[in-house]
Amino acid sequence: MCAANSPGIPLSDLAMDGAVGLIFSVFLLVALSALAPTVQRFVRGWTGLLLALGPASLFAWFATQIPAVARGETLEAALRWAPSIDIALTMRLDGLALLFALLICGIGALIVAYAGAYLHGHHQIGRFYCFLILFMASMLGLVLADNLIAIFVFWELTSISSYLLIGFDHRRTAARKAALQALLVTGAGGLALLAGLVLMGIASGSWELSEILASGDVLREHALYTPILILVLAGAFTKSAQFPFHFWLPNAMEAPTPVSAYLHSSTMVKAGVYILARMHPTLGGTDSWIWALSIFGAVTMVLGAWLALQNNQLKRVLAYSTVSSLGAMVMLLGIGTPLAAKAAIAFILAHALYKGALFMVAGTIDHETGEKNTEKLGGLVRLMPATAAVSIIAAVSMAGLPPLFGFVGKEVLLEATLESPTFSTWLVAASVAMAALTVAAAILVAVKPFIGAHLETPKKAHDPPLAMQAGPAILALFTIALGLAPQFLAGPIVGAGASSVLGEQTEVKLALWHGLTPALGFSALAVLLGVGLYFGRAGVRGVGAALGPIDAVGPARGYDAAMASLNLIASAQTRILQSGYLRNYLIILIISTAGLVGFTLFARHGVPEIRVQTIPNFYEVGLAILVVVGALIVVVSRSRLGAIAALGLVGYSVGLIYVLYGAPDLAMTQFAIETLTVILFVLVFYHLPAFATYSGKRERLRDMLVALIGGAMMTVLVLLAVEIQVDEPVSDYFIRNSAPKAYGHNIVNVILVDFRVLDTLGEILVLAVAAIGVHTLLRLRPDRRARR
Amino acid sequence: MEVLLAIVIGILFACGLYMMMRRSIVKLVIGLALLGHAANLVIFVAGGLRRGAPPLVPTGADAPPELVADPLPQALVLTAIVISFGVVAFTLVLVKRTWQAVGNDDIDLMRATDT
Repeated sequence: MCAANSPGIPLSDLAMDGAVGLIFSVFLLVALSALAPTVQRFVRGWTGLLLALGPASLFAWFATQIPAVARGETLEAALRWAPSIDIALTMRLDGLALLFALLICGIGALIVAYAGAYLHGHHQIGRFYCFLILFMASMLGLVLADNLIAIFVFWELTSISSYLLIGFDHRRTAARKAALQALLVTGAGGLALLAGLVLMGIASGSWELSEILASGDVLREHALYTPILILVLAGAFTKSAQFPFHFWLPNAMEAPTPVSAYLHSSTMVKAGVYILARMHPTLGGTDSWIWALSIFGAVTMVLGAWLALQNNQLKRVLAYSTVSSLGAMVMLLGIGTPLAAKAAIAFILAHALYKGALFMVAGTIDHETGEKNTEKLGGLVRLMPATAAVSIIAAVSMAGLPPLFGFVGKEVLLEATLESPTFSTWLVAASVAMAALTVAAAILVAVKPFIGAHLETPKKAHDPPLAMQAGPAILALFTIALGLAPQFLAGPIVGAGASSVLGEQTEVKLALWHGLTPALGFSALAVLLGVGLYFGRAGVRGVGAALGPIDAVGPARGYDAAMASLNLIASAQTRILQSGYLRNYLIILIISTAGLVGFTLFARHGVPEIRVQTIPNFYEVGLAILVVVGALIVVVSRSRLGAIAALGLVGYSVGLIYVLYGAPDLAMTQFAIETLTVILFVLVFYHLPAFATYSGKRERLRDMLVALIGGAMMTVLVLLAVEIQVDEPVSDYFIRNSAPKAYGHNIVNVILVDFRVLDTLGEILVLAVAAIGVHTLLRLRPDRRARR
Repeated sequence: MEVLLAIVIGILFACGLYMMMRRSIVKLVIGLALLGHAANLVIFVAGGLRRGAPPLVPTGADAPPELVADPLPQALVLTAIVISFGVVAFTLVLVKRTWQAVGNDDIDLMRATDT
């Protein structure tokens, strides 16, 4: 398989190459996203199924790459993006990228089909497809991208499309608030990640991740390692809802259920886990890495599972359980042994399969019964037998029971914690606690609604249309198939993924039956505990309620407080800066400009030296005095007519200065315009109020001081500007070429109508706009129209 | 002369800004006009002063005699003069309409969009 190693190769050179499919796949999804609303307009009910063909075919294409990638080969492609700043859209398909690409396209296709039925008849479903597939493209781009900047761009695109999807039902306050919260939390993390990626680029000297990963210990031994690690972890932890940023994910359940199933369980929230797995070969293995990831991961894992059981809304239980699973993945990446890497990949796969299915089932239950509260659901098996079967299969996988793939995932997780070189005891205890709580949550959310006595629901329930059943059913089938033949079906991709995490080729052995191992014992213990916790959930919730006060200082409150103080600061700042008094705006502008300019001048250049270039004649001095006297009369005059006459004096004197310094054209224009201005003033004069003195003496003194500061700044700037000589002014070109090329002898005129004619066009436009404005203002009589 | 003109420019700016800070709305327009003169002079002086010698090419010649005034700032100022006239004219009419509509010329009383 081939590789286009140089990032500079243009797309056309790659056209014959399979690797171009990588770039094509992302662009295909972007195009599909743009077309989706139009397709919806014409195809209507079948849109979901039709659009699902796109990601489904990409899934098939990626699946054909499994054998090669499992052998350790990679697919690489590059597209010049911004060569001047060394940014290329480089893409690389290795084991980790392939695993995620399969999940994104495979589950994506099922979700698009499911959404078509779930949102059937929604008036903005076209827009929904557009956002959903845009997210799919961003996520696929993220896992395929090899360039650090490209990774960041796709990362942010997933945050933005997630924002649009959570806030899809934008008329509800809760949806808007949750969307904003998710955007702010993940967006802040994204900025941290950007800083981390840039530092990585600086420290390693390369912007291609594959080159950085191959550089061994360079980053780990670099002075910037700690800042890089903190920044990358901040990005990953916010995105993957790790404690203390876990609060945004349950709130994001305001999104339509297909979004929760796709973004907030099987794909986007795993982006943080993906980044950690990706960076493991170059950043992992240090003490700080192991400590940070193991501790935060384990805390998140247990906290998430605990909070899951505190809730009774289907989707919130699932959301907290997802937080828990994400914590488990982070913990495994922190342990970092080959076994832990294998466990992390297997767990990612197992979790995506059962959690995607369970979210879709939860959406189905809500859709068909109108009830979200699991305590008010029961006995649905008779009404929705197919849904019940799928749900129970997925629940068994989530609970980690054989023979489903969830069991395989949980067994390797327990083995990895048992063999962890650091804090093994603690991690095993945390894992068993998580497994037990997860068993209880699985029963609560996916078994309880279907068994027991039938409870009345707002809507009469029945099995949903086929498009809604297909998604969870196919995922459930995968869970069974991968569970029964783990080595044959999941082995290659899990091995390839683990190889990427470890940075070296590894083989994995996945088996359903490991013999009577300690892990199996802990598994059995967790299941027993879990069943007990399920039946004793009232007690668990009682403990949770007793711990309620802790929530008052929790990170969610911190977010609320931060938002509230942001509003306070914003309104205080608005009160101060946006006072509504023109004078205050001017004062702030003048003082801050003069302050900044003055500071820069004296800090950078010291006190400027002033050289006298031309000695003024006596009549020039006279003119200057005329201008100054005119300006002062304008200021002190108590009559309007006097001020206007003085203004004219200033204008004509300035015109005379132009005459003396070789600018007859300017002088002519100035005289003409000045005359017009004075005439205009006199014409409007009688329609204007007389001068009045409103300000007190103190205010006038203050304004005078500010105005003098502004004037002094301009004087200094002009003196400096005179000193500065550009090496070769562009004017020389105009002077030399005016007659030979433009056939004009008046160079100023030639510049205006020829060399810089667009400027003149702009000037004419400004005058035209001003004329239209004047005309409209004079014609506009709102009071008269109102009377009519 | 540069120093002298720099001081003149500073005074023009100070007077213009002071007038713009007055509460009486007519003074605002006059301040704006002063500011226009000051800004034009800045461009003119910053481009370098040269006495006499307008940038003209004598008939029959291809280039002007050795040293002429820089034509580029002149072209810029010419544009600026015309534009500042447009601005003043528009502001003047706006003030006239404001006065008619609001019946008051104290800017401090014009803080809200509804009058």
